[in-house]
Amino acid sequence: MTATTTTTAPADTSTQAPSAPTRIYIFKGFERFWHWAQALLIMVMALTGFEIHGTYALFGFEDAVFLHTTTAWVLIGLWVFAIFWHLTTGEWRHYIPTLDKLMAVAKFYAFGIFKGEHHPYKPTQQRKHNPLQLLAYLGFKLAMAPAIWISGLLYLYYNDWAAWGLGWLELWMIALVHTAAAFALLIFLVGHVYLTTTGHTPFAHIKAMITGWEELED
Amino acid sequence: MEAKKLCKFLKTPATSARKILAAVIGMVLIFGAGPLMAKSDTATGQVKTSTADHGQFESLQKEFTSGPDVTKACLECHTEAAKQVHKTKHWTWEYKNEDTGQLLGKRNVINNFCISTQSNIGSCSSCHAGYGWKDDSYDFTVEENVDCLVCHDTTGVYDKKRLDAGKTSNLDKIAQSVGRTSRTTCGACHFKGGGGKAVKHGDLDPSFDAPDTFIDVHMDADGLNFSCSTCHTTDAHMVSGSRYASKARDVGGIDVPGKSDGSRATCVSCHGDRPMKNEKLNDHTDRVACQTCHIPHFARGDYASKMWWDWSTAGKMDANGKPYSEFDQAGNEIYNSKKGDFVWQRDVVPEYRWFNGSVLYTLPSDKFDPEKVVEINRFLGDANDPKALIWPIKLMRGKQPYDVVNKTLAIPHTTGEDGYWKKFNWQDALTKGMAAADLPYSGEYGFVETNMSWAMAHMVAPAKESLNCIDCHAQDGRLSSIEGIYIPGRDSFPWLDYGAIAMLILTALGVGGHGALRFFFNRRNSHVK
Repeated sequence: MTATTTTTAPADTSTQAPSAPTRIYIFKGFERFWHWAQALLIMVMALTGFEIHGTYALFGFEDAVFLHTTTAWVLIGLWVFAIFWHLTTGEWRHYIPTLDKLMAVAKFYAFGIFKGEHHPYKPTQQRKHNPLQLLAYLGFKLAMAPAIWISGLLYLYYNDWAAWGLGWLELWMIALVHTAAAFALLIFLVGHVYLTTTGHTPFAHIKAMITGWEELED
Repeated sequence: MEAKKLCKFLKTPATSARKILAAVIGMVLIFGAGPLMAKSDTATGQVKTSTADHGQFESLQKEFTSGPDVTKACLECHTEAAKQVHKTKHWTWEYKNEDTGQLLGKRNVINNFCISTQSNIGSCSSCHAGYGWKDDSYDFTVEENVDCLVCHDTTGVYDKKRLDAGKTSNLDKIAQSVGRTSRTTCGACHFKGGGGKAVKHGDLDPSFDAPDTFIDVHMDADGLNFSCSTCHTTDAHMVSGSRYASKARDVGGIDVPGKSDGSRATCVSCHGDRPMKNEKLNDHTDRVACQTCHIPHFARGDYASKMWWDWSTAGKMDANGKPYSEFDQAGNEIYNSKKGDFVWQRDVVPEYRWFNGSVLYTLPSDKFDPEKVVEINRFLGDANDPKALIWPIKLMRGKQPYDVVNKTLAIPHTTGEDGYWKKFNWQDALTKGMAAADLPYSGEYGFVETNMSWAMAHMVAPAKESLNCIDCHAQDGRLSSIEGIYIPGRDSFPWLDYGAIAMLILTALGVGGHGALRFFFNRRNSHVK
């Protein structure tokens, strides 16, 4: 499928140099595994978490707690690997925030996308995320994830607070932060899933996250 | 060495009977003489390990004519016993709560069963661990008036009421058979508190004479076979584990000699405070008493417990003008002319309270607001009290007489020839009762609704019967009325939930709208092209 798109380019791009790449390898193997494993874990955690919160009954409280706690530890393990991977491969540089083209991208999503304009940002292997996307992921990694994890770990180790010098904490505070962060993540998820459909075809971005190859817009 | 001897023994010519006997003895030694011996007296929950056979004591080889007569014989050897008993609540029926300053004990408190021992002591004292308490002139210093047999009888024949009526002829046999206390001796009073079987406690009733594992895992007659004193450890006749001075939260961990407070009357004394395999469950023990999950229901045995007692309906007579009783299909008395209406229940879900071990009583001299339900004994403690845990209770409810003008609970004289149970005249009974208790009575009485809390500590169910998470971690769960703590699944911040759901919907609408516009413009753009 990808092979055909690279060879049979549409007519109006034929003026471009034939050597210009029409697709780049943008998501490496580990990154794709990390992404989809995390997606699955986060969905299980959301499903079980809101059951523990009392929003509905699905697995039963006891099993929900077990699943929620188990997936939490698996996700933490996954993140330890992910952080290690980002640091050792230098991939962390993709998350250095930038203002360059930020307004252009924002304008694109607000107006240009309806007019059939091209995306103002072209991903490269050095910069795979557009500046707006990058900020959103950075927010996820530096704000939402730590909020939900730190509150979640404190939730788990409720009985050790006093020993950790956190005796002033009360469970409702932790529950509040944990629940608020969970909702924030859910809202993030809705936006995230929608934005995957804004490639040059609705499934272009999702395909890239599966195969690793991003097809470049012409 | 032992094995060689055994081989030699088996090789020697012997009758087959001897061999079988040896085999049986061997089997018993190998497979547990302990359990067999422990089962020797299951009915009383007692293991016979005494070094003394009282049947051989000369002091007891005689015809006893009265209870005190037996006690005198006991005291010949047990010289300090009566002095010890004299210091206990079993004898004084009095307890000073140093926390609240209240003078409590059976002599002083009011309940919503038979109401008060004051003015009725002649009847109530059938459960006093002594002889002859008829009125206020009783001498609490007389040693031979201690009733040794009521606690130490092992025959099961001793009956205080029969003895008082002069109907006991075998006192010598009973005296010669004395031993340790048992479920049956303790139960003679404690299984029948409130005037009848299973009436008062809810977690103690005659099922405990020989309970199975479903009634109580520790006292199971075919299992661990605990006696009351296994947990209610006793020193110098002072029995530990009092409801007047409860240890609601034991932070002492497992009791070992040298570090122990000498009492095993808490779960923690043996199990510690993190005894479960599941650490998340252990995390609960800082807030939740073991009993809360492990006594999921009370009155789980063969008897229903009394839950409601309405004195205001007492005094109705039948067609012949005689007092009468009514019974339900299960045989429980639901009306008695002497006492009013009753409600009985089995397998009752307890109510739950914070409890730090201290109880504030509404004593006969305490005023209250009769518009509200009077809490006769309020359990103290709340979420901020480090000594308090969430406990299961039996809440006994009912209506009982009070002084309308003085706004105090009223004491009726119920027993005896001149009491309410013979004359059915409230004014007369209350006048006599209040006078006997030396309390003011305005002469105007009414009936006020009261409740009384009884902490659950017995009828510990098998682990698989204990509560599940969802029993409390739910909005309408068992702990729905417990304040001061955040319980996941029960509690939430509605503003957060609704606010966040609104934002979620807005986000969904936003992306939906965005997508719809894209679709619309894409089609138009392609048409234009």
